[in-house]
Amino acid sequence: MVQFSKWQIFAVIGVLVLGIFYAMPNLFKEQTLETFPDWVASDQINLGLDLQGGSYLLLEVDLEAVEEEQLTNLVEGIRVNLRTERIGYQNLRVEGKAATFTLRDVSEEMVSRVRQMIFQNNPGLLISTDGAKVISEYSDLVLRERRIAVINQSIEVLRKRLDETGTKEISLQRQGESRILIQVPGVKDPDEIKRLIGKTAKLTFHLVDQNADPYSGKAPVGSQIMLSQETQASGQPQRYVIKKRVMVSGENLIDAQSTFQDAQPVISFTFDTTGAQRFARVTQENVNRPFAIVLDGKVISAPVIRSPILTGNGIISGNFTPQSAEELAVLLRAGALPAPLDILEERTVGAGLGEDSVNAGKIASIIGLVLVLVFMGSSYGLFGIMANFALVANLVLIVAVLSLFQATLTLPGIAGIVLTIGMAVDANVLIFERIREEIRNGRGPVMAVDAGYKRAIATILDSNITTLIAAVLLFQFGTGPIKGFAVTLTIGIVTSMFTAIMFTRLLIVTWLRRRRPQSLGI
Amino acid sequence: MALIKKLPTDLNINFMGKRKLFMAFSVLMIALSLVLVATRGLNFGVDFRGGILIEIRTSEPADLSSLRSRIGSLGLGEISLQEFGAPTDVLINIQKQDGDEKEQMKAIQLVKDELGSAVEEYRRVEFVGPKVGAELKEDGALATLFALLGIAFYIWFRFEWQFSVAALMALTHDIITTIGFFALTQYEFNLATLAAVLTIAGYSINDTVVIFDRVRDELRRYKKMEVIDVLNMSINRTLSRTILTSVTTLLALIALFVFGGEVIRGLSLGLIWGVTIGTYSSVGLAVPLLFATNVRPSIPEEEEEGLVDENGQKIELVQENDKAG
Repeated sequence: MVQFSKWQIFAVIGVLVLGIFYAMPNLFKEQTLETFPDWVASDQINLGLDLQGGSYLLLEVDLEAVEEEQLTNLVEGIRVNLRTERIGYQNLRVEGKAATFTLRDVSEEMVSRVRQMIFQNNPGLLISTDGAKVISEYSDLVLRERRIAVINQSIEVLRKRLDETGTKEISLQRQGESRILIQVPGVKDPDEIKRLIGKTAKLTFHLVDQNADPYSGKAPVGSQIMLSQETQASGQPQRYVIKKRVMVSGENLIDAQSTFQDAQPVISFTFDTTGAQRFARVTQENVNRPFAIVLDGKVISAPVIRSPILTGNGIISGNFTPQSAEELAVLLRAGALPAPLDILEERTVGAGLGEDSVNAGKIASIIGLVLVLVFMGSSYGLFGIMANFALVANLVLIVAVLSLFQATLTLPGIAGIVLTIGMAVDANVLIFERIREEIRNGRGPVMAVDAGYKRAIATILDSNITTLIAAVLLFQFGTGPIKGFAVTLTIGIVTSMFTAIMFTRLLIVTWLRRRRPQSLGI
Repeated sequence: MALIKKLPTDLNINFMGKRKLFMAFSVLMIALSLVLVATRGLNFGVDFRGGILIEIRTSEPADLSSLRSRIGSLGLGEISLQEFGAPTDVLINIQKQDGDEKEQMKAIQLVKDELGSAVEEYRRVEFVGPKVGAELKEDGALATLFALLGIAFYIWFRFEWQFSVAALMALTHDIITTIGFFALTQYEFNLATLAAVLTIAGYSINDTVVIFDRVRDELRRYKKMEVIDVLNMSINRTLSRTILTSVTTLLALIALFVFGGEVIRGLSLGLIWGVTIGTYSSVGLAVPLLFATNVRPSIPEEEEEGLVDENGQKIELVQENDKAG
């Protein structure tokens, strides 16, 4: 234990130098760092949202809505197939998670023909029969693939929308089966973010049923009553009777921009070729009739078509403010979400609180450190001072590891570091106490240090590994703040073992060799 | 210069003699904690109960009662307001709204509309939907359980089953009494506090293992000594370390409590309590429990790791010294 080979000394010093190298960027401002040469480490500690301010949003994709829609489409598809093939059927409907119907002709030949027909049109279906009843459902594999596709598509759309806000470093992650986690650092207006993600943004154009009375309470077949964003003089929302058939939809948009028309904020849009053709045909056939623009089940406005629009360019007017027009333009450019999203959890921390927390954390760490340094120094004298060097080295290493691996430091993480400051000296205390015992048992300085280290190491390993197990499990199963805490605790335990066992030992051994003291003074 | 020299070295406090007193004290603490949790309950934070938390900063010292009546008039159910660290900072807690997540969002908007220009800065807005709240509770309980089992398993692997049982029971004691402490003080119990509780488990086990390690050593060395004496000796010989480590940790934590800011005050207080109770339980509970499990017969004879080395003879000498002294 009192022997250090050259490479061991080299390794200890190497680790410390690397630690200083990677910890150093945290002392400088970002602008200063950019002026340094490339080979200098430049990564600073990655602050969590609670420390730098920002929004954390957990969203759930309403997959059930998507699946219901898919089933309805499946039923309608089967209906068309059966009709074109002139096959007699009854009771075609959605039943649970399956589309079912009963065949009039139950001959084996017919059943296999129907099965083949459905399967050809919908690969991935599991089709079973129960007498005359045909049950079609999607296999779990297909369902899972679709779910993943829906989530990925949602993330894509959200990314496009949020990128337009100009906020940097937005993180979007899939979580579990049906969730998306959004983390936006340093956001000024979290409500803007929520408005951007809260809308499905499904845009459709419909003809208006001018013969029906929107206040009758019941719409004719093929039409439906819809509320509008516009308000009447009475303050009630305007109502329209809309023909259900979608004439053109937002899928065909290639661009949307907010602009002004007659000093009113409006949105100008451009269709792709298909959209432009459809739009041209509808506007040609319906001059002087109102044309409703519907967003997420609400009429934005229903302007009257003055003349055919053949260029594929148009204007959406409505009850907009410049901001809401810009936001809608963003939504339209990014496209519609495949499914509605619910916000399950929100945590927004203002930049002010984040900054206060960082400052408080710094002050607490420094004062905690000074208290421990003074206590150790006065308790163990020279040995205490050596332990103090190790403690400072330990802090440097924690900062270095956090910066190097870009682990996120959170407020509970700072608490973890402060706790580690207190606990880190434990290994040294264990060793020193063993050394003291050895001295009392009549050993000389070198022998006492040697035996003290030897006997303390098993204890240090046992006690630290148990704490490490707890920390790692916390990281594995914990969420949010628990994770942040577990990260710094884990790093702190590992670095403190290194500094206590290797670094202080090197200091003490060097001192023993140089001074050859007759007593150790503890 | 080194104050440690002033500490008496040959301590021989009869801890084991007072083990019944310790046991009674611990049982009482556990019972008290359970009663407190059952009657007063925990002041669950927004993480676990679901609901809304808003921290605002006003330009002038906040008029709590006026704010309270304004928000109270919105019909959002139970609300609570408290000054948070400074006269201009107010923490608003709003109960979980009936209905789904969208209702919670609406409530936040209502409050923001009502407060309007009275607020200079929204320092924090947190909302946890009913679904996630329940999950967080479940995950937290699971994390605790796994951490405990992981620790117990490692000790069983490194020591003997008796050590594992004693450590696990002492740990459970620490966790229950810490939860009781939160029920008593009504400090908010949230995810960060739970992290603190779990760290206490880590700290306390660290403490316990150090003493157990010594117990195992001494049981091997002093085969003829009464177990109870060996246990007492082990506690005494590790006592200065136990105290020193607790003191340094407490020093750091007190700094955190005083200067760490309002948000983690509950967490640091929980840690201070936990370190104290954890230190006590290692000495006053874990070791007496070890005695109760009849530990000696299962300590293996061989495995004198680290003791039989080139200084083998000297260790013999040490034993004789000890016996003589």
